[in-house]
Amino acid sequence: MYDNPDGVMIGLEVHVQLNKLKTKVFCGCSTDYHNDPPNSHVCPVCLGLPGSLPVINKKAVEAAIKIGLALNCKVEEHTQFYRKNYYYPDLPKGFQITQYDFPISSSGYINIEGEDGELRVGITRAHMEEDPGRLVHEGTIDKSKYTLIDYNRSGMALIEIVSDPDMRSPKEARRYLDKLRNIVEYLDIFDGDLEGALRVDANISIMGGQRAEIKNISSHKGAERALLFEIVRQKNVLRRGGVVVQETRHFDEAREITISMRSKEEAHDYRYFPEPDLVPLKISGWAPAIKSTLPELPDARRMRFVEQYGITDDHAKALTSELKLAIFYEDVAKKVDPKMAAVWVCDVLKGELNYRDLTVDAFKKEHMQMIIELLVSKKITEDSAIDIIRTLLDKGGSPDEVVKEKGLMKVEGDIVATAAEEAIKENLQAVADYRAGKEKALNSLVGAVMKKTKGRADARTAREMLLEKLW
Amino acid sequence: MATINELRERIHADSSEEIVAEYLERIEKSKLNAFITVSKESALLQARKIDSEGHDGPLAGIPIAIKDNISTKGILTTCASKILTGYVPPYDAHVIEKLKAAGAIIIGKTNMDEFAMGSSTETSFYGPTLNPWGTDRVPGGSSGGSAAAVAGGEAPLALGSDTGGSVRCPASFCGVVGLKPTYGVISRYGLISYANSLEQIGPFGSCVRDAATLFDVIAGHDPRDSTSVNKEEDYSLALKNDVKGLKIGIPQEYFGEGTDKNVETSLRDAINTFEGLGATTIDVKMPNTKYALSAYYIIAMSEASSNLARFDGMRYGLRVEDSDWHTTFSQVRAAGFGDEVKRRILLGTYALSAGYHDKYYLKALKIRTLIKQDFEKAFVNVDVLIAPTMPYPAFKIGEKIDDPISLFLSDVDTVPVNLAGVPSISVPCGFSNGLPIGMQVIGKHFDEAAILRAAFAFEENTDFHTRQPEGS
Repeated sequence: MYDNPDGVMIGLEVHVQLNKLKTKVFCGCSTDYHNDPPNSHVCPVCLGLPGSLPVINKKAVEAAIKIGLALNCKVEEHTQFYRKNYYYPDLPKGFQITQYDFPISSSGYINIEGEDGELRVGITRAHMEEDPGRLVHEGTIDKSKYTLIDYNRSGMALIEIVSDPDMRSPKEARRYLDKLRNIVEYLDIFDGDLEGALRVDANISIMGGQRAEIKNISSHKGAERALLFEIVRQKNVLRRGGVVVQETRHFDEAREITISMRSKEEAHDYRYFPEPDLVPLKISGWAPAIKSTLPELPDARRMRFVEQYGITDDHAKALTSELKLAIFYEDVAKKVDPKMAAVWVCDVLKGELNYRDLTVDAFKKEHMQMIIELLVSKKITEDSAIDIIRTLLDKGGSPDEVVKEKGLMKVEGDIVATAAEEAIKENLQAVADYRAGKEKALNSLVGAVMKKTKGRADARTAREMLLEKLW
Repeated sequence: MATINELRERIHADSSEEIVAEYLERIEKSKLNAFITVSKESALLQARKIDSEGHDGPLAGIPIAIKDNISTKGILTTCASKILTGYVPPYDAHVIEKLKAAGAIIIGKTNMDEFAMGSSTETSFYGPTLNPWGTDRVPGGSSGGSAAAVAGGEAPLALGSDTGGSVRCPASFCGVVGLKPTYGVISRYGLISYANSLEQIGPFGSCVRDAATLFDVIAGHDPRDSTSVNKEEDYSLALKNDVKGLKIGIPQEYFGEGTDKNVETSLRDAINTFEGLGATTIDVKMPNTKYALSAYYIIAMSEASSNLARFDGMRYGLRVEDSDWHTTFSQVRAAGFGDEVKRRILLGTYALSAGYHDKYYLKALKIRTLIKQDFEKAFVNVDVLIAPTMPYPAFKIGEKIDDPISLFLSDVDTVPVNLAGVPSISVPCGFSNGLPIGMQVIGKHFDEAAILRAAFAFEENTDFHTRQPEGS
């Protein structure tokens, strides 16, 4: 049982950009702008030119429903858009089209790994809105002589996912973000690797006090850092006898601190009212049809992996925590022993990828299959297999080539036997120690065999042969 | 004032270029200030093209004036506001695309109340438009330039927009025909919004047939406007001189205090005319009419406060450079908007603010529902309603401009129609001391056919529409 000593309550607002849709949310502009010049994917609608009108992108509504269903939300039968009125140079209409009353989905949950086992985090609502443009500064924001505005991003479909304040530590917040990202990636509506794909605002309070809202968080790690800082800051305020005030704070990513932006009194009055240019949307009947097309989600896939492949739950969890990894594993597992595949993908390959900051795209599933086949047929040792994986990641090539170049093919049994005999003859002290009851002395004999065979002997085989000969 | 049919014959006999040149000359010589921009070169070029290549569209070679809040690609579009100084839209409104396809020739952009906020065309940054029937009088508003252009013979046809009476009021004051269609029948794509949930683009003509012909051209579904409906109809078929058995409702609330005696007399005469033609008239009650003005202004100003937020000098229009974006936005808006626009933005912002939202905005929406129900109940028993368009004929320039409440009150008979979203047409039905009086015929949702037919029959049996102001 986690006792949450500081009474931390964290709720997150996550903006997910539907960057896999072909067009923006209210116009026909292409979303494929990431490699194009600024302001090249714009039209009267996403520039907010006088007289232009928004028209809802049906695919964006479908994606929003998918997210709602994946987050176990209730999907509304009618939904409506509202205007959120505020001024900012990146907002070409002087208001953002978003949702207020009647959001498309609400009252859901996801399960994450909490401080003390599984934790259910409530989803307050997941609603649709449009992305503003992007401000670009020369150098840093405070030193730049001017601001440039790129409206390519303006009008991109966003889903804002608001959680209940159920998380009790920055670590839980980070795990929530990891899980959320994982789920939306499974839905094939979002590419988390693109700029601005996922943005976070975090609300945090301690000891039942007022909450601070932290804006401008752009990574999961950043969220954890910002929240860690904020807990320390709020504790210090309390320690000095002060009161934590409700305010909006800005996360300075470089310095890993939060800075006060505005107090509750200075909070915007957004003057929400129904968007008159978009009629209320009747979506009753959409959800069941979409539900039937929903892909298998991480939790379901994890359970299936355990059942279907007989692998451990830890392995299944790690493998399904990333869609690409799950697909990679399953492709490998279809060709070789699935349990072995789980060990090698999860315990070895994943670690080597993380060490090199690579994704599983950097490794060919055929190569993984070949390596496991070599292991199963006892043609290489486990040490050699690791060596092959590292070499492939660092230098490329194929497993066959690496085996040939490095001479990793496992040596024959009689060579091991000869090496064992030699090792016994050359290490009489170790033999004596072993016979005197020092089990560990056997290890130095195994080491000697490995040295003689240049690591190509299987350690277990070497050990068995030594035991046989020492009997 | 020439009709479309007369112009077609003349274009056939002479040329479109000659017709266009004549209208351009009249505009040039005019003192009415009906136009903000005259697109002389492109109009003549277009006319020559139609003369040489031929065109079988219903408005081939016929000039038309466009209210300056409708986007015209390549032609300055200002909403009669300083804040849109130099703004040339890169795209055509849906109605402009339709007009071009029909062969119409855009001769210019007409004056209006700034951002369509007004009933007199006096709030324009480009100065007031004068009424052709008396140049000391306002032409009505906010589409005053369009109505004055048609009445003054400066354009045979014009487009306006009607948010709370902005087509019908100037049609009434200038003695021409103006139609406010059912909400959703004409795409608003390209109409610069004042109050989106209330407004429709509407046609002006010198007679019902011309207004109907223009309406036919611009009506129809547009996927770029979510509020546009898919309904195709040939409105010229409605033009029959036959109102036998037509049931006409007379809403008593529209003849209330403040209605000019001559206006009331003209309306009573019109009712007699209809009865003489075989229609029956019934008094109907619309008890919530008295709340319409308050509800209308709260909704319109609330929407306007948001719609006009985009004018910040960042991308187009007036620019005032300052130290930071905050100050720049404020300076642009302080310098760019006129007093009436500022008043409405402030009131609308107030009405939507936390703490007042329920008291004003939500309450106004509830009243709107009640007004709609008034119309639905009335239309159970009658086919159309007849009422004065304006409670009085055109007032003097400057008479009400410093008294905004009085100016708001003049919209009392027109705004319920916009709140309900029903169609209404204003036709000339009399004169008071040489100034035209307008009658509106209001119909059920999407029943433009009924009001066009009633208006057409009335016109066929009266001669008010044939009178012309001196000098035009």
